[in-house]
Amino acid sequence: MPHIPLDEKLPGITGILNYRLDTALPIRELTHILLRGNSTLTQGERELIATIVSHGNECKFCTAAHTAAADLLLGEKETTDSIKKDIALSSVSDKMKALLIIAKAVQVSGKNVTSEMIDQAKKAGATDLEIHDTVFIAALFSWYNRMVDGLASVTPTDPAFYSRLATILAEKGYLSSENRYAGLTK
Amino acid sequence: MAHIKLPEGLPGIRGPMAFRPETAKPLNELAEVLLRSENSLSRGERELIATFVSSLNNCFFCQNAHGGIAQHYLQCDLQYIDSIKNDYRSSDLSDKLKTLLSIAASVQNGGKQVTTEQIEKAKSLGATDIEIHDTVLIAAAFCMFNRYVDGLGTWAPQDRNIYVERGPRRAAEGYINFDLYKQ
Repeated sequence: MPHIPLDEKLPGITGILNYRLDTALPIRELTHILLRGNSTLTQGERELIATIVSHGNECKFCTAAHTAAADLLLGEKETTDSIKKDIALSSVSDKMKALLIIAKAVQVSGKNVTSEMIDQAKKAGATDLEIHDTVFIAALFSWYNRMVDGLASVTPTDPAFYSRLATILAEKGYLSSENRYAGLTK
Repeated sequence: MAHIKLPEGLPGIRGPMAFRPETAKPLNELAEVLLRSENSLSRGERELIATFVSSLNNCFFCQNAHGGIAQHYLQCDLQYIDSIKNDYRSSDLSDKLKTLLSIAASVQNGGKQVTTEQIEKAKSLGATDIEIHDTVLIAAAFCMFNRYVDGLGTWAPQDRNIYVERGPRRAAEGYINFDLYKQ
């Protein structure tokens, strides 16, 4: 049961964002710019950063939601599976491997990012902006994961829930919209 | 040296904010609503939560920048701020605020660390649902801010008095519409 009264129809982060709309507004804007704004990283690649950080923080809701979003955007499920097992052996590009390794370091602590990790990313072609956004997305999900678990929000167990949420995230992004969550819960 | 080429001369989070103004805008709006908007937790109490979490994350810039602002609001000295960081349980803070700080510490460690007992204790001491929500959000937000600042390897002035001196102006100017380049 959540630590505070959240809308039962809105599990995970959705009910938390709905609880206080004034705090939700900048959170949504920031997330939309980082995950859906113009970028040389694809939306799928950025969802992989959200996935690896949520997985590292063992946040079941965020991991399932962003895995489903990444799967939908990438058109396959192997990549999310492989990065969770071992980034180095996964099917992503060398640049993405280097960025995911940086994201995993940030998940533990900002201080864990080393010059070697950054050099590796730059050598593989990552720009300063891509490195900046990777660190920021990883930091952002260090926040989301703590909101979701820190308030003990509900984590649905039905995989179909996350498919429905992923469709919303892929089609509408992260900004608030009318009837955004219509059809989320059956 | 920072891990990426940031505009020069700007300490802590100001470098990355100047580097990417588009994301700086909602980030500052977030700080404004969490730390300064109308709330039954005072601005000083909320800055103290921010300072405490930043100290647990060992983020030098954030704990001193927000410590300086908290010190201004609470009209206390640097030793008092340090005593909260080191051992808030023995401080003269209210039992309610001590419990909210314990929740903040759990959030810093990982969202799942927050226990029902902590929440019940906070509520029995008069904490409202919104105050609990805001404590969790502020604590979690500083786990983001701290990682953003340290993950990019930003620099920060080492003289702690600088932050204390700037506290009053930082408190007055707030988090939106301030001049990023003005020290």
